[in-house]
Amino acid sequence: MTALSGTMVLAAETVVAQNVFFYLIAAVMVIAALRVVTTSNIVHAALYLVVVLAGVAAQFILLGAEFVGVTQVLVYIGAVIVLFLFGIMLTRAKVGAEDGLNHDNVAPAILTAVLLVLVMGYAVIDFAKVPWSDSSLKIDVLDRAPTTVEQVSDSIFSTYIVAFEAISVLLLAALIGAIVVARKE
Amino acid sequence: MNTTYLAVEAGDLAVEASGFFLENVWIIPAIMAVSFAIILGAGKRMPKGGSEIGIAAVGVCFILALLTAGQWVGQVNAAEACTPETCDYVKYGTDEDGEPGYVANKSVGADHSDDHSEEGDHSDEDDDHSDEGAFPVDAGAGSSDGESASGFTAFVDAEEGSTAAAPIAVISERTWWSNGGIDFTVGTMVDGLTVTLLVVVTLVSLLVHIYSTDYVAGDRRFTHYFGFLSLFTAAMLFFVTSANVLQMIVGWELVGVCSFALIGHWWEEQPNSDAALKAFLTNRVGDMGLLIGMIILFFASNEKWGIVDINAAAINGSTSHTLLLIASLCLLAAVMSKSGQFFLHTWLPDAMAGPTPVSALIHAATMVVAGVYLIARMYGVFFNGLSIAGSSINALAVIGAVTTLVGASLAFVQDDIKKVLAYSTISQLGYMTLALGVGAWTAAVFHLTTHALFKACLFLGAGSVSHAVHSFDMKKDMGGMREFMPTTYKTFLIGSIALAGLPPLAGFWSKDEILAGTGGWGFWEGESHANGAYTVMLVMGMITAAMTAAYMTRVMYLTFFGEFRGGHHDDHGHAAADAHDDHAHHGDPHESGPRILWPLRILAGLAVVAGLMNLPKGFLGLPSGITLRFEHFVEPLSATGYFPKISHADPSWSLAIFSTLVVAFAVGVAYYYYFVRVNAQSPSATELINGPTARNKLLKAGHTMLKNRYYLDHIYDSGEPVGAAGATAMGVIFGSAAGLTLGFSLDNGLDQNFWPSAIWGLVLGLTVFTIVTAALRTGVGIATATKRPLANAANWVHENIIDATVDEVGKNSVKTADALYKYIDQGVIDGSVNAAGRGSQGAGGELRRWSTGQVQQYATVMFAGATLLAGLLIIVI
Amino acid sequence: MYLVQFLVLSSILFCIGVYGVLARRNAVLVLMSIELILNSVNINLIAFGAFNGAAIPAEVFALFIIAVAAAEVGVGLALVLTIYRNSKSIDLHQVDLLKG
Repeated sequence: MTALSGTMVLAAETVVAQNVFFYLIAAVMVIAALRVVTTSNIVHAALYLVVVLAGVAAQFILLGAEFVGVTQVLVYIGAVIVLFLFGIMLTRAKVGAEDGLNHDNVAPAILTAVLLVLVMGYAVIDFAKVPWSDSSLKIDVLDRAPTTVEQVSDSIFSTYIVAFEAISVLLLAALIGAIVVARKE
Repeated sequence: MNTTYLAVEAGDLAVEASGFFLENVWIIPAIMAVSFAIILGAGKRMPKGGSEIGIAAVGVCFILALLTAGQWVGQVNAAEACTPETCDYVKYGTDEDGEPGYVANKSVGADHSDDHSEEGDHSDEDDDHSDEGAFPVDAGAGSSDGESASGFTAFVDAEEGSTAAAPIAVISERTWWSNGGIDFTVGTMVDGLTVTLLVVVTLVSLLVHIYSTDYVAGDRRFTHYFGFLSLFTAAMLFFVTSANVLQMIVGWELVGVCSFALIGHWWEEQPNSDAALKAFLTNRVGDMGLLIGMIILFFASNEKWGIVDINAAAINGSTSHTLLLIASLCLLAAVMSKSGQFFLHTWLPDAMAGPTPVSALIHAATMVVAGVYLIARMYGVFFNGLSIAGSSINALAVIGAVTTLVGASLAFVQDDIKKVLAYSTISQLGYMTLALGVGAWTAAVFHLTTHALFKACLFLGAGSVSHAVHSFDMKKDMGGMREFMPTTYKTFLIGSIALAGLPPLAGFWSKDEILAGTGGWGFWEGESHANGAYTVMLVMGMITAAMTAAYMTRVMYLTFFGEFRGGHHDDHGHAAADAHDDHAHHGDPHESGPRILWPLRILAGLAVVAGLMNLPKGFLGLPSGITLRFEHFVEPLSATGYFPKISHADPSWSLAIFSTLVVAFAVGVAYYYYFVRVNAQSPSATELINGPTARNKLLKAGHTMLKNRYYLDHIYDSGEPVGAAGATAMGVIFGSAAGLTLGFSLDNGLDQNFWPSAIWGLVLGLTVFTIVTAALRTGVGIATATKRPLANAANWVHENIIDATVDEVGKNSVKTADALYKYIDQGVIDGSVNAAGRGSQGAGGELRRWSTGQVQQYATVMFAGATLLAGLLIIVI
Repeated sequence: MYLVQFLVLSSILFCIGVYGVLARRNAVLVLMSIELILNSVNINLIAFGAFNGAAIPAEVFALFIIAVAAAEVGVGLALVLTIYRNSKSIDLHQVDLLKG
């Protein structure tokens, strides 16, 4: 953790560094996400998704949620993407580019997405009002240390224990369900 | 002829009017409504099938209308002779409680400048003497262009302090329902316009009633027909005498329903019921505009339903201009559908499937002028909303001008004589709308009157001819009718000349007044007396006049000249054309009976003399007591508070001569083509074999487009495949036109920039066009599936329940109960259940296209909807 | 850093994900787009938590979302496999059994 925390224990002037990283990583994420939904090579789509997920993990760390960031890497990139790749393989996806991955008429989808972006953008700007100069909405991560694993696990096993158990049951159900659905007769 | 008016303002004052007939004019529609009820109830058992009740009722109403008109004329004359001692002057202002209404005008007689301190009565009260220095200005009665207001003209210098006044409309009302501060009243409003329409409607209705006794004699639903004629007349009279816009809406819808019933009189034949449905649905599309417009006006005028109040609020500026503009455009949509203006006119030619007297009454003289009447009645709203006084083109004028051209062009390629007249009606309605759009109010109303007369004459003449040959197809079944039907020929000729606008018949005067009213003529001659440089409108009007003359010449030739081409068909050419199911076939066609001919003669006679009602100012040096009589009695003075101050164009000899020459030239060209060339080819030929359209590709393409009626029906009717290119083209044209119009209107009226408004107009126009097309296609699609079983069930109910019940009750009550059980339970309930099933099948077919099974499509729709809702929540709330 | 940056980023990712769900024809790609959506929500959550001082509940919530998302992908892919086995194609155009 020290290597990662290193960036955060600097003086106030280097808050600039966090912004720079944020924007860099955000840009990479957005481009990768766009490529996920537009590329015509399905395996590349999965790999771009990896980039996005990694970017998300980095953002978590920037926000001081280190445990979640690491879990993100482990679970998402480590397990979910592998699942996807297995799925792609088992459904005999073509190697290389193929067409027919998009609908013929993507206009409604674009329209909906644009509409959504506008609505959400409005909501966000309305919420923030004067987004770039209101200091109360500014985080100064130096004020507090990143949350530790103990804090998170204490919380899970005390306040949110019921949810935790429920999640376990859910995972079990998903496991059994997937097996039942996918087994060969 | 003098080209300037020596402007005299007759005091610009108003007084109240009264009179027994004026206050009790509700009797007139009531009589017709009662007649409807009696005919439907008891008509079948009467010796003449109920027609005698109808004729008697209409006759009484006509006499009452004449008496009412006489009283109104008396009131106008009395008001003109008013002095402060004898009359109580009134004006529209606010009373002690701050409520707007008519209050006493105490500032009369002393100093005229006081008259214009009325609260915002005259929006242009300050610019009286500032412009138009060419005109000697008179007693400071704020005339905007130095012109006289209606009627009170003289060729002597003005008298200072003239106390002559004009009567305000007679309104008699009672409260219908009062709820939480809003009073719903019902009442009548009678002024010059009302009285004009009363006379016209009752007169034409009376003549049509008499005509119909011969035309539909022996018809399967004779009584039903007369019942609906009575209902229609009642509805139209109710509409015309309305005092508030709610009543106008009711009357409007009711005449639409009657039109539906009468067009579909022979509904057993599919084309007839289709035509009736098309008429009704197209009108419905426009009625949305009516409702929206009226509601906007209600809220914008401080929650008032009264016509006088709404107009006054519009005129004195207490209604915001934007709202007036929007309301005017909405009402314009309604007018477009009811009065057959371009792009919602498609129902009118198809409506010719109804019996000819119905066409004459409804689709020439009365119902289609309901739209024009609406504009004329609410002229304060339109005048201020569309900035008609300004120099920029407005939507009303544009639509009117386009309609005249479209109607006239389509009339050239019709083979069916009634369709020619239908398109001609569309074209003439365009004239009326055009006149209203350029500010020539009296010209429009006068044209309405004269048009009713000569168009009814033409329609009834066409009916008389078809009565003889049992068909409406000019090319196949007519020709040379002049020898067989001399009287019909003569009256038709007179009607045609009147329509074409050759002096001294009625059409000439009214059409010329419209052309002069556009003001475009003076623009050329260097006079600046225009309502705006509407030169384009003038040109379009002139072209249409030429076309009108030409196609009427064509009709005359094909019908009455040449050799008789018919008589070889043993079928009834149009099954719908022949009302005589049991008519024996004659060898040669023969002249019709007196009940058909006398209405024709009367109408033709009126078409000759009606023009003299509104001779232009200074015509042949006649004194002012004889000229402009129509305008004097009909056009309200702006002092009444509910009519805007409009300017009147100068009459112009040069324009009159020029337009006559144009018309004569057109007649000459058509005469040459038909009477000389076609006749030379063969006496029984109907067109040149090697004529221009055969030789020239461009002309042929134009001809094809006309034959297909500009492809509008292909777009509207879901039964035919949509030409995507055509629909797009129409949409773009319409959108662009709307854009330009809105751009000009807002530019002129609200001082907005042209381009943003134009783009808004384009978007709005495209949206409206899409919505209208979608509505028409869906409506026709759904209705097509349901109407046949419903129509059958409805007719069944009428014949076997209503009539059977009446008879049985008279005979034996036990048997009646038995019959009721059998018919209602078995017939109605089962029949309606089946009809509902067929209806949902039809609707399901349309809706099936939405369930494709594509989950992502469902998801898209869901997402989009959720986003919109979220957006609404966030942004609006 | 401001809160708004994260919110905007998360909205953009969300909308890209929505577009992907609606426009992609291959079922696996649709599932990938759903993952995009879930991740954008996670960013949103953690960002709010960090800025409002309630970091820990936010993180716990995010962990749960990750767990549920993993479960969902598992079951989803199982379904996709079954569809593939039955109709030899995972083209969503051809899965229109809801039609009619």
